[in-house]
Amino acid sequence: MIPYLLRRVAGAVLVLFVLSIVVYAMFYAVPGDPAKLACGPRCNPEQLAQVRDQLRLDDPLPVRYWHFLQGLFVGQDFSTGTSVLHCDAPCFGLSYQNDQQVTELISQRLPVTASLALGAMVLWLILGVGTGLLSALRRGGITERVLTWFTLAGTATPVFIIGLLLLMVFCAQLRWLPFPSYVPLTENPEQWAWNMLLPWTALALIESAKYARLTRSSLLETLADDHIRTFRAYGVSERAIVGRHALRGALPPVIALTALDLGSLFGSAMLTETLFGLPGLGQLLVHSVRTIDLPVVVAVVLVTGAAVVIANIVADLLYAATDRRVTLT
Amino acid sequence: MTSEVLATTQAGAPAPASGARQVWRRLRARKAAVVAGAGLALLVLLALAAPLLSALTGQDPNTYHDDLVDSARGGVPTGTWGGISAEHWLGVEPGTGRDLFIRLAYGARVSLVVAVGATLLQVLIGVIVGIAAGFGSRFVDGLLSHVSDVFIALPMLAFVIALTAVVPADFPRPLLLVLVIALFGWAGTARVVRAQTLSLKKLDFVAAARLGGSGPFRVARRELLPSLAAPVITYSAILLPSNIVAEAALSFLGVGIRPPTPSWGQMLSTATTWFRADPAYVLLPAGLLFLTVLAFTVIGDALRVALDPREASRLGVGRRRTRNANKADNANKVDEAGGASVSARVSGAGAADTADMAGATSAPQKGGPA
Repeated sequence: MIPYLLRRVAGAVLVLFVLSIVVYAMFYAVPGDPAKLACGPRCNPEQLAQVRDQLRLDDPLPVRYWHFLQGLFVGQDFSTGTSVLHCDAPCFGLSYQNDQQVTELISQRLPVTASLALGAMVLWLILGVGTGLLSALRRGGITERVLTWFTLAGTATPVFIIGLLLLMVFCAQLRWLPFPSYVPLTENPEQWAWNMLLPWTALALIESAKYARLTRSSLLETLADDHIRTFRAYGVSERAIVGRHALRGALPPVIALTALDLGSLFGSAMLTETLFGLPGLGQLLVHSVRTIDLPVVVAVVLVTGAAVVIANIVADLLYAATDRRVTLT
Repeated sequence: MTSEVLATTQAGAPAPASGARQVWRRLRARKAAVVAGAGLALLVLLALAAPLLSALTGQDPNTYHDDLVDSARGGVPTGTWGGISAEHWLGVEPGTGRDLFIRLAYGARVSLVVAVGATLLQVLIGVIVGIAAGFGSRFVDGLLSHVSDVFIALPMLAFVIALTAVVPADFPRPLLLVLVIALFGWAGTARVVRAQTLSLKKLDFVAAARLGGSGPFRVARRELLPSLAAPVITYSAILLPSNIVAEAALSFLGVGIRPPTPSWGQMLSTATTWFRADPAYVLLPAGLLFLTVLAFTVIGDALRVALDPREASRLGVGRRRTRNANKADNANKVDEAGGASVSARVSGAGAADTADMAGATSAPQKGGPA
């Protein structure tokens, strides 16, 4: 167990290291002058030279990458001409747009994306596992047909279509819900949930299709196992078989997939966030791409990459914890 | 002597039903697939005939009609249902008054070209990497498999969006979309092809070809590729609809197709500000995109079943079966597209299999649907 974990963590660190090199090189070695981007459109040559100096653009790329790494682990100092700005340990540099610290920008956005992802997860698990259960139990009937097409439609619908339809129906036509605007959980929990309801539903409707399919096939497979047949032979009620025994064998893959999806949502929630105007990580990325704010782009990509790598390890650990047949070696 | 024997056996054997024809017959046995196919044929026709339709209706995708929108109400089209009229079959775009039908038709072109192009490129890279990994030395296999794993795990959408930031503005956008979608989406195919190559490698006919003195390239081309066709086609049929969504998503986010070129995703993005005043403007591109992706998904699923020899009997092709049994079977099959493969991997129950599962589920979807 412990050696396994150490090996996985070492692998993850290696992957992230390689990723950081690739991402850094990809974004800073491209044509186009970062100094001009950082300095803005109305910038005289004098200011430009100062920015070049501040960003150490005259150093070769490997040296700049080294400074970037240093910033990540021990912090970095930026001279803004007259004063020196210190950027604390996990330092991704300064935004080209307003000289704000990128780390600060990201930590402001993280709670929004986390709210979205976690709330949606609760909904999609209820909806997806429920649907999967139902369709596995009622094989061949009209219920299964309807559920089958529901899951198919769910896979075929991009989230922004569902989201737009939800907005049209519940905000514009029925006026049951406010047009979403993010209210922090710590400020007003009720308003937070009320505003997040539509984004959660949109995301959950899409994701639940995948979970319904996985639950269904996993459950059908478990139901065909020998030990279930033995339970049946002993006369255990169908309800107890499914609810207590089969579901237990069928859920580990669902749990593992949940962990993976939560990890990747940090990097892929931008559609939901953009549509509903939620100031999360994805929206930050889209915005910084439009304004070519390279330090922010690099930081968000690295953070989302890290989320995925960590989620992968967590998923494997959860899988082993929930399924006794799996041993981590 | 040997060649004579070969010649006679070939001549004497009854002509086997061609594989393609059999697949075609199986596809036609599924009503959903036939309907989806007809719908897609219409869509392709619409895309191909866009300039023709433009000439026929006398409308241009980029001509503004200020007289057709009510500037007093912020640019809502005059008339019912988004300004439907004899000249403008599906009404006009709010704000600009551009003809919606022609813009949708040209949008179909963009959508299909980008999705098909990206899928072809993904499959090409995937097949080359997959065969190289499955057929190469241990070192090559290890390296390529690790690279594929990393690519599968990455949040693809984030990378694609980030990449569009650093590409020069004058680079043609549809080509850029094809390249970035393919660059971050080949790994799933590579994994499938590698697994298939590994199992094919052990079979006698491949061993025979190698013993017969064929080099690795010849074996790959003559022996492996034909056998890889079925899984690769099945997998590309899953990739295609998800690439359509990817293009729409990128254009929706404003980092894909640039105006004034019409694209469905971009229309939906504009529609976010108009859904109160002009619902038709949301429903038309949304409906078209939804139906397109749904049709491709249904066809892809039908193809998967039709190409899988184990499934053939369940379809009841060429057998006498009651209509009802047939129906129930079809219903059962629709939803197993991703589910079955996932559970097959997961039930292998090794720890590493969880990572496989991530690939099986997320690779075709590519973080797109969130």
